[in-house]
Amino acid sequence: MKEILVRPERCMGCRSCEISCAVEHSQTKSLFGAVAEKPVPRKRVYVEFAPEYSISVPMVCRHCEDAPCVSVCATGALSQDEISRVVTHNPEACIGCWTCASVCNYGMIGRNKEERIAIKCDRCPDLEVPACAAACPTGALVYKEVEAFSESKRVESALKMARGITAGGSR
Amino acid sequence: MAKNVYERSIDPATRAMLLEADRAGIETAWDRLEKQQPQCGFGQLGVCCRNCNMGPCRIDPFGEGPDKGVCGATADIIVARNLLRMIAAGAAAHSDHARDAVLAFKQMAEGKAQSYQIKDEAKLNALAAEYNISTADRSPEEVAIDLANVLLSEFGKQTGPITFTRRAPPKRQKVWENAGIDPRGVDREIVECMHRTHIGVDNDPVHILLHGLRTSISDGWGGSMIATDVQDVLFGTPTPIMSESNLGVLKADEVNIIVHGHEPILSEMIVAAAEDPEMVNLAKKMGAKGISVAGMCCTGNEVLMRHGVPTAGNFLQQELAVITGAIEAMVVDVQCIMPALGNLASCYHTKFISTSPKADFPGTVRMEYHEEKAGETAKEIVKTAVENYANRDAGRVNIPKGKSACMVGFSAEAILGALGGTPQPLIDAIVSGAVKGVGAVVGCNNPKIQHDYGHVNLVRELIKNDVLVVTTGCNAIACAKAGLLKPEAAKEAGSGLRAVCESLGVPPVLHMGSCVDISRILVLAAALANHLGVDISDLPAAGAAPEWMSEKAVSIGAYVIASGVYTVLGTVPPVLGSDEVTNLLTKGVGDVVGATFAVEPDPFKAASLMINHIEEKRKGLGLKA
Repeated sequence: MKEILVRPERCMGCRSCEISCAVEHSQTKSLFGAVAEKPVPRKRVYVEFAPEYSISVPMVCRHCEDAPCVSVCATGALSQDEISRVVTHNPEACIGCWTCASVCNYGMIGRNKEERIAIKCDRCPDLEVPACAAACPTGALVYKEVEAFSESKRVESALKMARGITAGGSR
Repeated sequence: MAKNVYERSIDPATRAMLLEADRAGIETAWDRLEKQQPQCGFGQLGVCCRNCNMGPCRIDPFGEGPDKGVCGATADIIVARNLLRMIAAGAAAHSDHARDAVLAFKQMAEGKAQSYQIKDEAKLNALAAEYNISTADRSPEEVAIDLANVLLSEFGKQTGPITFTRRAPPKRQKVWENAGIDPRGVDREIVECMHRTHIGVDNDPVHILLHGLRTSISDGWGGSMIATDVQDVLFGTPTPIMSESNLGVLKADEVNIIVHGHEPILSEMIVAAAEDPEMVNLAKKMGAKGISVAGMCCTGNEVLMRHGVPTAGNFLQQELAVITGAIEAMVVDVQCIMPALGNLASCYHTKFISTSPKADFPGTVRMEYHEEKAGETAKEIVKTAVENYANRDAGRVNIPKGKSACMVGFSAEAILGALGGTPQPLIDAIVSGAVKGVGAVVGCNNPKIQHDYGHVNLVRELIKNDVLVVTTGCNAIACAKAGLLKPEAAKEAGSGLRAVCESLGVPPVLHMGSCVDISRILVLAAALANHLGVDISDLPAAGAAPEWMSEKAVSIGAYVIASGVYTVLGTVPPVLGSDEVTNLLTKGVGDVVGATFAVEPDPFKAASLMINHIEEKRKGLGLKA
């Protein structure tokens, strides 16, 4: 199962993911069309800036296993797919009580200003690769299986260690 | 991994070379565009500002993030300022080209640039009369010095008017005066664009855009027009001539030299040097049958219009020309030359020769030209190319077959001449409805649009509906390649236009020159309007730039609407991040100058927009539908 994974060290803070997310969740699904739409299309991914480190981090719904937002939702508006584990939101059932926002550890519940209900990542059901990951020019957002992602990080890390051994051995 | 070459271009010669590029593992502009995907949304909407170092700032187009830059500039202000800077760059490019042409002209008149002569004395005298310069009992050179000096003064004028703006119909001049957009001097308006867009100067979108129109007029009726006219005096005013166009004009058994860029000043000399018997003999000694010069982009259009030098292609074909493996020298001057050519040329034997004192690129052989030594430099360049023939690898030569005949050289003078010295026959044809109106189709290539698809389909659609098309720049080359510049293309026109073209022996699409030569279209429009006693905005005419990409095209679009001609753009300019600027360009500006912009990427729909506009203008003049 693929997840949207983050490599924060690569984020340049360009916010292309945010734009792409809003466009994918617009009626026209085109940038030039989306900017003219009412209601204004909303993004579901957020680039947060950590001023202490001068680093931007793209924040996107983790679609948690045993998701707190789903477990507290009083009306069943939030639900989790049994197989894909994607957490989706049904606006028809949402009453805007914001309990989900209260319990989400990542702040991934947004607000639909016109309807005053919750809005969140649906992992782009119409796309093979979610819009945010497809839009990222530096690969800070990737859409991969956790196993493959961790393996690539292990390989990278192992390479660094191997270099250390070679450097030591040549002394 | 065959790329989708069919989706990239409609031109068979281009497709053939794209397949070759793919086979050889060579990247082109189309591949680089793919690698740029997705392109930055803020940039596409024009809401990113880098004008000061408190920034960069950008506005959230969806209203959740910042709605102002650090200085407080809104999306409307940022978009307007960015657009003004594009106009400034475009006007600067045209007008600085003009300055160089006048400086060469002056050096010629002073006897310091022996390679040049006055080729069109009648035009010299006509220009002198326009400036009240006496020609009686004076040599052409004396007149030329006076003319050069007054032309140069147009650049540094502070209070206007720019003399050629007085060629516009009196009603149009009044429009400019009333709106406060009559330009005061070519350089002044461009400098003022940069001043106004500096942090904390002009922050009212309407005010900013009005200055944009003023600057663009200083290009169209100033810089560009000066460039056209001086080049006509120096190199001859074009008259109809037959030639050929597309990569198939390259010769398998001759030395091929491509002249690419925008200025005819050196390329004219290269064309002459390539005919020098000494050079031709050298080529024969190297085993070549001769020397063949071919043009690319607007340098190509300049030598095509005046000498019938064949054109190898338009903007997106510059890399493909090198990929034929048959180019000994790619000689460039200024504008629209891809820096990618350096790396590409190094994969072949091609010498990439840069010549302008103001333009160099990675991987060039530098052969800077100066007016005093233009002839010598041109000869050196040709010699370098000829000697490079020995390095050609015959096994890598792959010239596509495609080429098409074309009739070119329709300067305003030539068109009026063909009509018997007066626009009356054309006006009669328009009044009778045989010709519905005039469409001016110009502009670049842009890989965002299938190469030549926008150009060729829009033009075909217009002539089919009896709209006479005048063309310049990369559109003209696209039309040439598609066979639309052959007199026989009249068969593709509606019955009314076809009859007119066949009686005159001209194509339904008239090639009027390079992109600075859009000034010729303005002169023609002014002649029609003056003859009818109306404003240009009353004429049944419309403009289009189906595949535009350059800042020059932005300046052109602005001066075309400022001149009163409705204009349809085929690619979206970076303005949609501002409702106010978008509304001004598509509606509000109409109240000021009587013409607006529209955006329509589909050439068939764009043609309908233009035809509807022409029908409305016909109604306005009381002409039958």
